Amino acid sequence: MKKIFILLLIGVLASCGDKKPEVASQEMSNTMEPINESVRLKSSARVPSLNFDELNTFLTKENDSTYIINFWATWCKPCIKELPAFEEVAAKYSEAKVKVILVSLDFPDKLESQVIPFIDKNEIKSQVILLDDADANRWIPKVSKEWSGAIPATIIYNGNTRKFYERSFTYEELEKELELIL
Amino acid sequence: MKTKSIITLVAIAVFGMLAFSSFKSENNNAAAEGYAIGDLATDFKLLNVDGKMVSLSDYKSAKGFIVIFTCNTCPYAVASEDRIIALDQEFKDKGFPVIAINPNNPSVQPDDTYELMKEKAKDKGFTFPYLFDAKDKVYAKYGASKTPHVYLLQKEEAGNVVKYIGAIDDNVRSASLAKERFLANAINELLDGKPVSLKETKAIGCSIKV
Repeated sequence: MKKIFILLLIGVLASCGDKKPEVASQEMSNTMEPINESVRLKSSARVPSLNFDELNTFLTKENDSTYIINFWATWCKPCIKELPAFEEVAAKYSEAKVKVILVSLDFPDKLESQVIPFIDKNEIKSQVILLDDADANRWIPKVSKEWSGAIPATIIYNGNTRKFYERSFTYEELEKELELIL
Repeated sequence: MKTKSIITLVAIAVFGMLAFSSFKSENNNAAAEGYAIGDLATDFKLLNVDGKMVSLSDYKSAKGFIVIFTCNTCPYAVASEDRIIALDQEFKDKGFPVIAINPNNPSVQPDDTYELMKEKAKDKGFTFPYLFDAKDKVYAKYGASKTPHVYLLQKEEAGNVVKYIGAIDDNVRSASLAKERFLANAINELLDGKPVSLKETKAIGCSIKV
């Protein structure tokens, strides 16, 4: 009898698990590969330019760190406005193994003229990656099925726990969401 | 005894599902509801850059419309301008004119004032209406969340039916590098009397500023 109960309970939990937005992440983890060093070397040492499959390794890490992945661009005003919140969270929670990665959607020809000067001027400490992949229809659903494609957009994940947000954050809002996952 | 246990188990299971489904409905995203494929799209009356009001119902002989939410300065919108002009030229005479709508509120996005829209339309030589939506919020009814964001409508007896939603093609940066012209393919299928095969794509874009 007890066994049946446990089985049923597992069934209930598993069926709920399927409905969560992690479905996309499961697909992605199949293609996980260590990042090709030559890719990094080709692009700026400060800001690597990656295609989506390369970026995906940063979206699917399976370790004990919590990752905050923010999609932004130098020309996106609400993105720029919320960057200090991400920087502050990264600084405050670094000992809690929280890592912030800022994925720039600036066009690749603006890397040297806009993205890097912006990072220097604003003393951005988080890792910045430029996503150089024009076929957005292919990769938007892989980031999250909930994503319409507008930025700013943010993922917070730790292993298989994953939440996606198509919205802007204040520091307090970001900290609150992070605390839910930590 | 057995029956009682089973009832209890079922009750627990149902309760569990309810608990989780209510958890799931907690919405942390501000995505608009908007139209799905097959919905009837609302008409509107919006101010064009030429000072006149424009409605879909003005186009008596149109077979449908390419409604594109776009704006003056979003880099994705700017990268799409030439393509939008080309789409209008390719499909206006076939019955599917472009209707461009700027959904941004200029008090939030100062680059998107009506005056600057007029300049943009003149500088680029827009061959289609470019409408100011700051007050009417037509974009919200459609469910547009970004610029550029395309809605392909076909005029049917019931009204203007949404046939395609998403991106212009598969390369937001460059028309010449695009391999698949999602929107043009959809219009050509409608013109051939066929159903649209790819009804929805995801477009990257700048969030609408309101």
